[in-house]
Amino acid sequence: MGHPVAELLNASKRYGQVQALQDVSLTIDAGEVVAMLGPNGAGKTTSISLMLGIRKPTSGTAQLFGLNPRDLRARSRIGVMLQESGVPGMLTVEEIVDLFCSYYPAPLPVSEAIAMAGLQEKAKTLIKDLSGGQRQRLYLALAVCGNPDVLFLDEPTVGMDIEGRRRFLEEIGELAARGRTVILTTHYLEEADQLARRIIVIDRGRIIADATPAAIKGRVAGKRVTFSSAQPLSENQLAGLPLNSQDIADLRVRLLTNEPETVLRELFRRGVDIHDLEVSGADLEEAFVAMTQHGAVT
Amino acid sequence: MSAVAGRTATAPIVPMLIKQSYAEFIKLFRVPAFSVTSIVLPSMFYAFIGLGQAQQRLAPGLNVTFGEYFLASMALYGVANVMVLGFGISLANERGQKQDLLMQSTPLPAPVFFVAKALSALAIALMSLVVLSLLATFAGGVHLAASQWATLFGRAMLCSIPFIGLGFALGYIASPNSAPAVTNLIYLPTAFASGLFFPLRLLPSFLQHLAPYLPLYRGAQLVWDSVGAPTEGGSVSSDWFYMAAYTVAFFVLALWAYRRDQGRKFN
Repeated sequence: MGHPVAELLNASKRYGQVQALQDVSLTIDAGEVVAMLGPNGAGKTTSISLMLGIRKPTSGTAQLFGLNPRDLRARSRIGVMLQESGVPGMLTVEEIVDLFCSYYPAPLPVSEAIAMAGLQEKAKTLIKDLSGGQRQRLYLALAVCGNPDVLFLDEPTVGMDIEGRRRFLEEIGELAARGRTVILTTHYLEEADQLARRIIVIDRGRIIADATPAAIKGRVAGKRVTFSSAQPLSENQLAGLPLNSQDIADLRVRLLTNEPETVLRELFRRGVDIHDLEVSGADLEEAFVAMTQHGAVT
Repeated sequence: MSAVAGRTATAPIVPMLIKQSYAEFIKLFRVPAFSVTSIVLPSMFYAFIGLGQAQQRLAPGLNVTFGEYFLASMALYGVANVMVLGFGISLANERGQKQDLLMQSTPLPAPVFFVAKALSALAIALMSLVVLSLLATFAGGVHLAASQWATLFGRAMLCSIPFIGLGFALGYIASPNSAPAVTNLIYLPTAFASGLFFPLRLLPSFLQHLAPYLPLYRGAQLVWDSVGAPTEGGSVSSDWFYMAAYTVAFFVLALWAYRRDQGRKFN
């Protein structure tokens, strides 16, 4: 790994009465691909905002390339996709990409940035006429057009259709393969699993895990038991079982346990009518749910 | 910073300013609600009020026609209108759409952004002046000496500068929904109270007493003077003094409103 590109040191952030981030320290080195995971309101966007200098920490420090994140020299080396940020509707795709290219010292050619986002056919379209997914891809074009060393992507695939998401993840994967540092927040755990080599889990303003996806999955000992029941399962029928977590949605039951055999034997003994049984290793989502204890996040 | 070595740290300012100004201009120009009202409205008022009596003398014994006098009035009305509404409403809308959030993460320096906005609004103001002047010349039979044209254009454009500050301040104070109402509510009555549409002596006396303190009144004296119409409220230099003071006051207000907005969003 190379130099640190983004750092938070004992950073806390308070919005009025809300403690959004509590004493967070993390260092992201050049070339890393990092996913920040956490339930809504956990502090992911706040962490990114501090690293970008969009917000100032209440205490502690944030640095980009060893500089104040508001320093234009630091900003000239990053590309950013933010949640809910707006773009002027009365410019065309080509016009705004051309404009954004002029902000950076060594930008990509305009057509290349547009092609990376798959928007060639929309180059002459006014931004106000783009669909939600196309608009999201425009944000990607704006993020990469400055040929940045580091990409910050806050919930980048929200609003994209399946094909758009697949393309997008490929694009990000290629950028990472070419040595770009990528820092993304996401709700989609499979995105994090697929892209990131390091996952930082944030919950209630604190970092509760910072490891590889494999290590995080490994933290959850146990198996996932999934089945459908003929009748809605009552809490009673699960009482006293050695479960780490349980999730019942209509007739579909998802259990996490260290002793799947015991659990199944007991369920059969209690006369639960079981269909479509699956027993598998815990995935990232299980790990995540077990860590945050907030229920499902997708 | 060793990591920065080998590449230019930031982009050059001048090309950035040119592209940003062009983008700001087409953003404004492509919104008919703005460009048509800004460029055409002063000419429309001129057609309704000015053309019918364009050749009449402003007052017996004066060498100025109503057409020339009202050309100066609408010139000032038009340019200040662009600044107050152009800045006010477009800035409030951009804030409402969170465009400032994305800009905040780019290396675009804030002064470049604001200078570009001012330049684009000045360009639209100039277009409104040109359209109005063509109408006055060809439909109203207005004839001014070249030096009078130059003085009128120069003074109208200079007088628009304090209103850049006012529009800018309103853009950061008003919400996107209220901006059109707030800007019009402030601007239109002030235009009337400053004598741009009707001579002051036709207005209620409290307005006649208030008028000399309004920036549009002072601007009006300057543009009327440029076409040779009589002025009131003291000397031309006192008018310039008032305009300069309003420029400072409005820009201070704008800076305060901008900082307040930034503090709320980006602290």
